[in-house]
Amino acid sequence: MSVRKIAQRYDNRAEMLVQVLVALVQQNGWISEDDIRELADALNLSRADVHGVVEYYHDFRTEPPGSHIVKLCRAEACQAMGGRELAAHAEEVAGGDTTLEAVYCLGNCACAPAVMIDGKTYGRVDAERLDALLASLAEAAS
Amino acid sequence: MSRVRIYVPRETTAVSVGADEVAVAIAREAKQRGADIELVRNGSWGACWLEPLIEVQQGDKRIAYGNVAPDDVPMLFEAGLLEGGEHDKRLGPVDEIEYLITQERWTFWRCGLTESLSLDDFLAHQGFKALTKAWEIGADAVIDAVTASGLRGRGGAGFPTGIKWRTVADASGEQKYVACNADEGDSGAFSDRMLMEGDPFGLIESMAIAGFAVGANKGYIYLRSEYPLTHSILARAIDTLRDAGWLGEDIQGSGFDFEVELHLGAGSYVCGEETAMLESLEGRKGIVRYKPPLPAIEGLFGKPTVVNNVVTLASVPNIVNLGGERYAGMGVNRSKGTLAFQLAGNIRRGGLVEKSFGVTLRELIETYGGGTASGRAVKAVQVGGPLGAYLSAEQLDTPMDYEAFVEIGAMIGHGGIVVFDDTANMAQQARFAMEFCAIESCGKCTPCRIGSTRGVEVIDRIIEGDNRDANYDLLVELCDTMEDASLCAMGGMTPYPVRSVLKHFAADFATGSDT
Ligand SMILES: Cc1cc2nc3c(=O)[nH]c(=O)nc-3n(C[C@H](O)[C@H](O)[C@H](O)COP(=O)(O)O)c2cc1C
Ligand code: SF4
Ligand code: FES
Repeated sequence: MSVRKIAQRYDNRAEMLVQVLVALVQQNGWISEDDIRELADALNLSRADVHGVVEYYHDFRTEPPGSHIVKLCRAEACQAMGGRELAAHAEEVAGGDTTLEAVYCLGNCACAPAVMIDGKTYGRVDAERLDALLASLAEAAS
Repeated sequence: MSRVRIYVPRETTAVSVGADEVAVAIAREAKQRGADIELVRNGSWGACWLEPLIEVQQGDKRIAYGNVAPDDVPMLFEAGLLEGGEHDKRLGPVDEIEYLITQERWTFWRCGLTESLSLDDFLAHQGFKALTKAWEIGADAVIDAVTASGLRGRGGAGFPTGIKWRTVADASGEQKYVACNADEGDSGAFSDRMLMEGDPFGLIESMAIAGFAVGANKGYIYLRSEYPLTHSILARAIDTLRDAGWLGEDIQGSGFDFEVELHLGAGSYVCGEETAMLESLEGRKGIVRYKPPLPAIEGLFGKPTVVNNVVTLASVPNIVNLGGERYAGMGVNRSKGTLAFQLAGNIRRGGLVEKSFGVTLRELIETYGGGTASGRAVKAVQVGGPLGAYLSAEQLDTPMDYEAFVEIGAMIGHGGIVVFDDTANMAQQARFAMEFCAIESCGKCTPCRIGSTRGVEVIDRIIEGDNRDANYDLLVELCDTMEDASLCAMGGMTPYPVRSVLKHFAADFATGSDT
């Protein structure tokens, strides 16, 4: 869907800016300069305003991500179950087309460590399970 | 044989460890065997360590099987799953599981019990009974019941809910709003999520009751983006209620109008702070507003707004149904009623435990939690999220009571309990508290924005043994400044976990040698 279409779905209401950006990132994975320009136009906001909002929120990537997005929970409950070590392991094994990101709690803290891969949350993820999950991504691609 | 109901939760934690795959395997196996089953997707009972926990209806009993993997399914059928047959993973009737039956489920009583997205099931389990009663007794009586219950905000600050509602009800203006805070950013916290996934209609009913009580015809839910499954469940629940005439104009002919709009956050912790949340709901950066004016007077779009946490709101229907006094009869001192504690981190039996206030940390961690997952000694426990203090093993007898926690420099907050075993390096945890503040600060105040970054540097120097004493003093000074000169609890309470580590785990800073 085009930026304009998404904005229209929210009746071009300026107060829906965050929602429009959320929808845009869900669809495209990131927000481009062109998107910002078009959105400013559609919602009748200044480009600087839209820029400010895009920069403020962690979810609003301004670079295209790899073909898979792996979010590793780096917050306390996962730290208590080896989250730091898991993150270090992920850095080592993740392929070049995978975007690794930190996230602070996935609400899965009773089955830590937790990881979100392409929008799906996994629990009780040790290094072995992470390897298997990453391998299944690679398999699906080939 | 008649159709057999099998419950498989559709809830983030259960799904994160394979519940969807188990559901698929059950459907496949049943088909192959020509067995007539009905798969019901319920919420989670909250015994996370047993997930995926499935149940098979046998008469009026539901027989539970725990930690079921997709590969187990053929063997389970072989063992007579459909008749509740014996198997290694059979736990017995769900209503006899110790962890669950000893709880006091006031707010979470429908979670696990009902099919989350079935309106019929909701209505069969007292759905909208409280809203209907609210219409009968009137707005004032609802607020009186909430006040009498002693209910305090479960989002962190513990502000009396009845007073907040009265303020909004009394505020002048035609347009008022209810804003449900579903940002649940605290590590170790997942009760909001479990409630929304397990009882989405219940939350919406609660919001409608709040709206009716204060004179608001519109509610907003601000849900964090890290909960995609919750989002799809809530969105479907809202649509269902709209179609059935339980949302919209003149609900069920009562003359009461109420609409709900679902918004997503975008990964900012500070957007859980109520005024930052309002900014975000208005489409802007989540920067904290100065108070006053209170949101109750000038909130969303400048209108009087009730801002409440998910669990706060969801505690209300039973207060309306059973009376505020009943709720106030549970708990201790000024901490009335129950709280849904969440056992997380390095814990053997993690999950949600709703108990009256007054229960001790030890009872929660040992009796319910069964100690650490690693089997090692408990070293530290962080209660109340990233801004909460780390308690030492000597403090486990502290009762869950807002004021008792304040007395020891800690807070109950949202009731998340994160356990660390004796391999944890607490200096790293203190460092993380500062680092998290630096990452999440909204940037409005210097002590929070700059002080937290300085805090990380200073802690690094202490750990390295670089001028340890001088840097230690500097860290304490930094904590003082952040506490005194920050606008909100992000900067103002980040020093809590840091100071608690200095106090109880100072030895962990001494890994490097002094230079
Ligand atoms: C940094 C920060 C983050 C917060 N995050 C949340 C949150 O995620 N959920 C929540 O309900 N309250 C959160 N709060 C508390 C809210 O500001 C507010 O007190 C609460 O939503 C009021 O609802 P209650 O009275 O029902 O608790 C946060 C506060 C601060 C300072
Ligand atoms: S304390 Fe931090 S998060 Fe809170 S208003 Fe100040 S800068 Fe923003
Ligand atoms: S701390 Fe990692 S899921 Fe909550």
